[in-house]
Amino acid sequence: MQLNPKKTKTYIKSALRDQHLKEAVDRATQSALKKRQDKVDLMPYWEDMRWQAHKAKAGVIDHLDRYLEEFEANCMANGTTVHWAVDGEEARKIIIDLIRKNNVKSIVKAKSLTTEEIYLNHFLVDQGLEVLETDLGEYIVQLLDQIPSHLTSPALHLTRKDVGKIFHEKLGVPYTEDPPELAQIARQKLREKFLAADMGISGVNFAIADSGSFCIVENEANAHLAVTMPRIHVAVMGIEKIVPTLPATAAFLKLQAISTTGQKQSSYVNFVGGPTRQKFGEGCEEVHLVLLDNGRSTILADPQLRETLFCFRCGACLNNCPIYQQVGGHAYGWVYMGPIGISLLPQYLGVDEGRYAPFTSSLCGACYEICPMRINIPHHLLKLRNRVVDSGYSMKVEKWAMWGFGFLASRPWLYRLLTWFPGKFQKLMPGNRAFPAPGYGKERALGRMDLKGFRKRFKEMS
Amino acid sequence: MKVSLFIPCLTELMFPESGLAMVKVLKHIGAEIDYVEDQTCCGQPAFNSGYRKEIIPVAERFIDLFKDKEIIVAPSGSCTAMVRVFYHELDLNPEKKEALQSLSQRLFEFTEFLVDQAKVNGLGGSFPHRVTYHESCHLSRELGVKEQPRKLIRGIKDIDFVEMEKPDTCCGFGGTFSYKFPDLSIAMVARKCRYIEESGAEYVIGADSSCLMNIQGYLEQHKMKAKTMHIAELLAASLKL
Repeated sequence: MQLNPKKTKTYIKSALRDQHLKEAVDRATQSALKKRQDKVDLMPYWEDMRWQAHKAKAGVIDHLDRYLEEFEANCMANGTTVHWAVDGEEARKIIIDLIRKNNVKSIVKAKSLTTEEIYLNHFLVDQGLEVLETDLGEYIVQLLDQIPSHLTSPALHLTRKDVGKIFHEKLGVPYTEDPPELAQIARQKLREKFLAADMGISGVNFAIADSGSFCIVENEANAHLAVTMPRIHVAVMGIEKIVPTLPATAAFLKLQAISTTGQKQSSYVNFVGGPTRQKFGEGCEEVHLVLLDNGRSTILADPQLRETLFCFRCGACLNNCPIYQQVGGHAYGWVYMGPIGISLLPQYLGVDEGRYAPFTSSLCGACYEICPMRINIPHHLLKLRNRVVDSGYSMKVEKWAMWGFGFLASRPWLYRLLTWFPGKFQKLMPGNRAFPAPGYGKERALGRMDLKGFRKRFKEMS
Repeated sequence: MKVSLFIPCLTELMFPESGLAMVKVLKHIGAEIDYVEDQTCCGQPAFNSGYRKEIIPVAERFIDLFKDKEIIVAPSGSCTAMVRVFYHELDLNPEKKEALQSLSQRLFEFTEFLVDQAKVNGLGGSFPHRVTYHESCHLSRELGVKEQPRKLIRGIKDIDFVEMEKPDTCCGFGGTFSYKFPDLSIAMVARKCRYIEESGAEYVIGADSSCLMNIQGYLEQHKMKAKTMHIAELLAASLKL
């Protein structure tokens, strides 16, 4: 299923009509928020930690070129092969070349948004390869040919009853809605694939510059199997995933675990520091790392917006967003959804594709309030709205109206004249209400103009 | 103490009562009122819609009008935030920018001014009704004003103040957002109004007329019991001003 961000308004409408979806998303986000809050309440130093992480990440992003070079050199010293990809196409080519060279037939995947970003699964399947997602949530959405609806819980839009039905229909197993039983079914199906796979593909959560290693965080141990059982491990990472040192990584891991699931620590944190089969007799023979730009380096150019690269995809901003809570992730029409998604979209895909994205927000700031990295998303959205408008992607009517507004608001006599007018005009309107606008009417009444206005009333009072 | 009024366009056009109530309360605590008649709108509707160049003259005009004022107070968190926070993101003339720096330190939202500047803890007064409080987003998240309005509400005698579920959840207004994404905006205000209804409050109190207009619009059409009331009107009513 390929979604189109330009159709977000249509997706939103149909999501709002889907009561089942709304309940699933509401339940999942509220429970995630509560678990997170319970842990945060135990940490008096939580706020300090957020600001420190923000500062540490700013230091890296401001000198990303230097850190990337350091990271690459240390990776190579560890025996990891580093590939650079300017965009999705290059990244896919690097991977397919590796597959052909090594005569790979079967691939297992650990959950990775970056590979979703470059539509890797569809590409590989089209090349006649067998690609299997091994994270339970990813496995479920793969069975449905959907994209994840949440950054960290791909199948958040589905209830366990839905999953029971999907497994029954797609895998031919008896219906059950018991989560441990469902996990067991998936585990049995996946286990044989792990053993047969020639290549494991994963993402990267944090890339540690001074050690040339990287971590993959998970809760199901599937990623561990996916990156140690097959002969070859290919990891795909966005170039912004760098953290400076191992001790700094510990803080990021904590912020991420708490923000994502309300765990003190994720169940498994895999550190990959190069191939190990020769040295230790187990693990991979080859480790390849694909460093993906895909628009990220252009974001670096803007000193304000580069903050959007601090994101480590914990999904807390989605959970806390009153819009995401209503519509879920697919309504945004892209692999990155919610507040951080709409701030990345026009930057990654350009303002043409991303013309609606920064407007899909009431600017309430719940995202900034919860973001562990203190990314000021509402401010960035405002700047991106300006970028969309200045690139000519706004309605002509609105453009004229806003120009007129500026003209009006700079001339008090005209302002007075024209603020007198709507009150008169209102008398002609049904229900004696202010001028009509979409979204006001049956469900929500528009307010009424005051016939005198403050200025006159203030004078009368004094 | 001389207080200059910053009257947002929504107060001027649709909700003058909240502006007048603010004047009454300010006078009640002994402030001298100054009103710049030539003020217009702060420019937020255009700014939030992505139009920045267009409102530079509006912002510069605002700065000129208010730069020499001792204290400026507005009955809106959103408009206060526009000037105090977002004007700084505009490409203003350096001289105006400098004036803005100092002006920003003298501009306050109404409840913030009462509690933090005028050191009012409670005004006494009486309002024997059940009320709940809606936290408007810009007031609480851009300006960090969360406790001040609650303090003022609790300071009223025989008031029955109950918190609704998630008082800080957005009401779904968001200015032009409310008609660019009408269905979404209505779904959000529907949820807000459900929380208000569940609190059993007769009045939902807020410090921003924009949110209150949105909430009132939904409450009315769905024949819900609660009525919206600006906090300035609540204080004025409790003091019988």
